[in-house]
Amino acid sequence: MGAAESYPEDLKYHSEHDWARLEGDEAVLGVTWFAADALGELVHFETPEVGASVTKDQSYGEVESVKAVSDVIAPLSGEVLEVNQQVVDAPETVNDDPYGNGWLIRIRLSSPDEVGGLLDLEAYKQVLASQ
Amino acid sequence: MAMPETLLHTPLHGRHVALGAKMVPFAGWEMPVQYEGVIPEHRAVRSDAGVFDVSHMGELEVEGPRALEFLQSVLSNDVDRLQPGEAQYTLLTNEIGGIVDDLIVYRLGEFFFLLVVNAGNREAAYAWLKEREIPGSDVRDVSDDCALLAVQGPRAIERLGLPPAQTFTFAETTIDGVEVMVNRTGYTGEDGCELLCMSEDATRLWDAVLARGVVPCGLGARDTLRLEVCYPLHGNDIGPDTDAISAGLGWACALDKDFEGADVLRRVKEEGPERRLVAFVMEEKAIPRHGMPIGGGGEVTSGSHSPMIGIGIGMGYVPSAQAKADTELTIDVRGKPRRARVVKKPIYKRED
Repeated sequence: MGAAESYPEDLKYHSEHDWARLEGDEAVLGVTWFAADALGELVHFETPEVGASVTKDQSYGEVESVKAVSDVIAPLSGEVLEVNQQVVDAPETVNDDPYGNGWLIRIRLSSPDEVGGLLDLEAYKQVLASQ
Repeated sequence: MAMPETLLHTPLHGRHVALGAKMVPFAGWEMPVQYEGVIPEHRAVRSDAGVFDVSHMGELEVEGPRALEFLQSVLSNDVDRLQPGEAQYTLLTNEIGGIVDDLIVYRLGEFFFLLVVNAGNREAAYAWLKEREIPGSDVRDVSDDCALLAVQGPRAIERLGLPPAQTFTFAETTIDGVEVMVNRTGYTGEDGCELLCMSEDATRLWDAVLARGVVPCGLGARDTLRLEVCYPLHGNDIGPDTDAISAGLGWACALDKDFEGADVLRRVKEEGPERRLVAFVMEEKAIPRHGMPIGGGGEVTSGSHSPMIGIGIGMGYVPSAQAKADTELTIDVRGKPRRARVVKKPIYKRED
């Protein structure tokens, strides 16, 4: 069950096991393979509202497995443009494809400067090594 | 994560680790919460057969010419109804009709009984019985000598090659040369059995069960399976402060006999309980969890996602006025009100 462990080179990471894919002044956000694997098969995604603000380092939603609930931390600040309905309908998509179909939300960045504070793959791997 | 210094291991600990199980602390033991995943393990038990290592549970023997008389005074159900070879779900009650433990009592012989108690209550139950022991009735904790495997599912008995038998009976046999007591009991709502063997035979028995195509299952699936069929979990849904009648366990209380707390339970039954343990299903996408408030003064005692129904389900205490089937409830899910509906127990029932 679930995808094999992987961490794409082209993403930016947050130490709370979240990723961001930057697309101009927008970003797509999700959780890493590590987070999905630690939780187990996801069965619920508690989403933010489209139009709501998310704040870097703060929770914007929750993902739940049978046994556990976890906050999802925003790696960047911005406004929610879109919520991934596929994950709402089939939360296990996050386990199967955490960086593709299992993305969680798309935001418009309100503080693009924050990008410089994110982790690259090497730095995130050090976070993982210390877990 | 802070781990207690010393967690106990069952004789099968090495087998669990070798299978890649995720191990977690549970009631002082390091136990497998899942191997492949809670959901596939849950489905294996509902559709075929799964095996759980429940060797952390306690086994207490009560023996002597006055063993029956003694157990009648401390257990809620009528032990006198049991013939040797039969078992019964029963409660160890306190003076307020609260539940010290829920357990299964097996009548091994005229003067000989076995009590299988919850892992977390092994010491409390043993101490409780020892304190009340009467001459002519000896209580012994034999947990360390025993291993217990629950093999559950519609194909469990067939896969083990066992003859059909009534539920709540037991018999001795051998499986691949291992001497076992086959108890037709379980905690999943499925057909199956619990196999009691000597600790030193546990790995041979485990290997024999897996060789018959039974899927190893962890405590995660054990919890979702029991919740779907509304079996209470001691420490969550029932405990020393919750009486048996409010918990819906009046059927396990022989109120026509005297046992500890019986007078209180008779009164609660006569007056009607102020609150009741009900089952509910979510009407919105949300997963109820233990401890969440229910609007009107109730509280969730067990909650999870139902792998079979695909929605949030739970049990909780509500004022009796809210306890009827189809009553709308509001669960406070981390600050968000979410609609739920009271349903008749069990929440899940096989479609035959």
